[in-house]
Amino acid sequence: MKFLRNILDKVKPNFEKGGKFEKLHPAYDAFETFAFVPNHTTPAKGSQIRDGVDLKRMMVTVIVAMLPCLFFGMWNVGYQHHLATGAAPEMLTQLLIGAWVVLPVVAVSYAVGLGIEFYFAIRNGHSVNEGYLVSGMLIPLILPPTIPLWQVALCTGLAVLVAKEVFGGTGMNILNIAMTARAILYFAYPVSMAGSSVWAYLGKPFDLNAAIFGAKNLATVEGYSGATALGIVAEHSANLTKAKQAFEGQGVAILSKADDWSKTEVFSDWNMFMGWIPGSIGETSTLMCLIGAAILIFTGVGSWKIIVSAFAGTYLMAYLMNLLAINAFMGLPAHYHIVMGGVAFGIVFMATDPVTATHTETGKWIYGFLIGVLTVLIRVFNPAYPEGIMLAVLLMNVFAPLIDFYVIDANKQRRKKRLKYVTA
Amino acid sequence: MVKRLKKGYDIALIGKPAEKIAGSIHSDTYCFKPTDFKGISRPKVLVNEGDIVKAGTPIFVDKRNEKAVFTSPVSGEVVAIIRGEKRVPLEIKILADKTTEYVVFPQQNPSSLSSEQIKNTLLESGVWINLLERPFGLVPNPENTPKNIFISCFDTSPLAPDYEFIFKDELKYLQTGIDALSKLFNPSQKGKVVLGTKEKSIFKNLKGVETHEFSGPHPAGNVGVQIHHTYPINKGEIVWTTTPYGLQQIGRLFLDGKYDARKVIALAGSEVKTPQYYEVTAQTCINKLVEGNIKPEKNVRYISGNVLTGEKLAKDGYLGYYANMITVIPEGNYYEFFGWIAPSANKISFSRALGLFSFLTPKKARVADTNMHGEERAFVQTGEFEKVVPMDILPAFLLKAIVANDYEGMEDLGIYEVLEEDFALCEFIDVSKIEVQSLLREGMNALMES
Repeated sequence: MKFLRNILDKVKPNFEKGGKFEKLHPAYDAFETFAFVPNHTTPAKGSQIRDGVDLKRMMVTVIVAMLPCLFFGMWNVGYQHHLATGAAPEMLTQLLIGAWVVLPVVAVSYAVGLGIEFYFAIRNGHSVNEGYLVSGMLIPLILPPTIPLWQVALCTGLAVLVAKEVFGGTGMNILNIAMTARAILYFAYPVSMAGSSVWAYLGKPFDLNAAIFGAKNLATVEGYSGATALGIVAEHSANLTKAKQAFEGQGVAILSKADDWSKTEVFSDWNMFMGWIPGSIGETSTLMCLIGAAILIFTGVGSWKIIVSAFAGTYLMAYLMNLLAINAFMGLPAHYHIVMGGVAFGIVFMATDPVTATHTETGKWIYGFLIGVLTVLIRVFNPAYPEGIMLAVLLMNVFAPLIDFYVIDANKQRRKKRLKYVTA
Repeated sequence: MVKRLKKGYDIALIGKPAEKIAGSIHSDTYCFKPTDFKGISRPKVLVNEGDIVKAGTPIFVDKRNEKAVFTSPVSGEVVAIIRGEKRVPLEIKILADKTTEYVVFPQQNPSSLSSEQIKNTLLESGVWINLLERPFGLVPNPENTPKNIFISCFDTSPLAPDYEFIFKDELKYLQTGIDALSKLFNPSQKGKVVLGTKEKSIFKNLKGVETHEFSGPHPAGNVGVQIHHTYPINKGEIVWTTTPYGLQQIGRLFLDGKYDARKVIALAGSEVKTPQYYEVTAQTCINKLVEGNIKPEKNVRYISGNVLTGEKLAKDGYLGYYANMITVIPEGNYYEFFGWIAPSANKISFSRALGLFSFLTPKKARVADTNMHGEERAFVQTGEFEKVVPMDILPAFLLKAIVANDYEGMEDLGIYEVLEEDFALCEFIDVSKIEVQSLLREGMNALMES
């Protein structure tokens, strides 16, 4: 520790004003402040002491909240791989295969995103912001395991540039960066992002080609479908009975061949809650998302108002649909909407992003609730997008300032009313 | 009825002053600092180096508000007038006599005086500046008439002096002060003197006032918060505030016929050997107070005032005019290895973010140093500010309006109702380490100039 401090102090003059690498100061600063909280003291006037919290710690709290999803997701990638290829399941191997697939995605996301952050910090002479530490972890968790790494790099780079840097960096963006990254891929490379063939890693275990380019060099077991629950329902949404069959019978029969353990219904509400189903890397397990939510709410880093109201919005809207039940999607029990797909992950980790959410406390109730409602609406009435949470979050990101506007205006009006009352 | 405020945060620090007045300390030098006052636009020093002054002799005036003179707290010789850029006066130093000689003012009962007479006595003695005018926290313009005059009778800021203890034998002066102030209103407007007190309080014995009780964490004792919950300030309205210290001064002026600037202040903080109270005269040099009273620790910060709104002083610096305490805490000029992730139960934090455990024992007194605990970052709205401002005001949006130079927004969002001290906790808890208080002042300055 002392040793590291000495090295840092020794090279520091090179990066300060007049030093050889003056321009690279933000980069040096990022590394230095990563290792050491600086010796800055409070200014002479104003608050003489400061809270122990800083942006880094806040961001790390969010990352820790995501870890259950990450680790479960890695295992599930291996597990789905075994299901699809019919290989003998073994937990440690599954986790390792998962890590082999997932960690490169994480690495690419961080490398590209942080690279751009550093570039802009150096270019504009400001310090490197911690905001990307969270986005960089979110992006891998909402992509399918078979995503080619170059697409990860592309969507990350574009999202950071278009959604963040052009608005002025951390704290200024309107759209959630991770959701933007996913949306870019979703519309630019739908083949990599949707359908029934992207949710299981079908490369040979530990094959470089498969990890980087998404090569599929293993055959699936006979009759393997690989579709997600949302995919199945969307496909059959026109026919309620058929969908029910597909959902409860057929799909299960096909998948269960691969694995004795899942002879019960694959897409039972319990399985979907636990998350051993096909899907994007980190979003399948509602349980893990709820653990994350508990961490965020307990630490106060994520708004419980948004989380609670968004789940409530999802459930109530789904329940309303269920009452009408004129197609398969509407016939789905309301709680299925919460455990299916990425809605839990999106609510817990995306909707709560403090920068892109509403900033007023009243606004948070409205914002969260509408995300839930819109998610179900998009799912049910727009079969082209089986997953509604992505568009719901992005849409509400755009509307958040409007909600805030009205909440703030109400505050202003209260003040003006008081004046009228006094002068009257 | 007690107004129970929920929002806010009590910072529990080590070094609370014991209920004991350790003695009266008379310093050799005193210093008048125009920077203690807001909105001074045309400063003029009324004395020259070498002049002999008495306690109550005018030494400085803001020509914008010419009647409100600032007077010397002690008798002695003007030894230095220090000026800054453009010859703006920064300090007027006075070498004090051993025993103070006072300018004599008539001893009189304020009840028998007219509003003009009271104003004039307060103005010419310099006691007037104990009043503050809101919006903006200025020395009041005597041409204005306040809607009400507010006095908070307790201080909830960290390690703050206990007014119940300090003023327990001073009620006579406080009452006279109130009698004088209640004459300053326009008779047609039914202005009143409004006190904010704790539930149990000696200040409830004061007569001729309207009393409201408040309870809750800091900043429940801030007069701005109390105004907001009683008779909030609207656009175009003017209210005045003072403190029990101000009342005491006014009372002494009328009962004893002099500007007696002595006051009991607290010497507090983790680095003080025996935190307790001392009687000093306003604007005193602090060296005699802290000499020998500080733990053998060189790296400390002396603060005029409390840790949330105070000002850093040199060891031989001078107590600010409105400061009622000196706080001494360790400097935080150290590097902390992985300090942003290392778990700690000692770092005081409003947040429960990963590894910060002070929330488990919120009442436990801790040592706080002056380290920033992080670097300044872009403003991220976390919704935390709203939790420490117990008013129907959206602090983050008000601050944004200031950054955007949105004058109408500042007005509409309630800038007239707050002063720096009301947002001090926002500055403390901010993850982006922004200087909230000076930002708020920038907004107020912009509005004043517009």
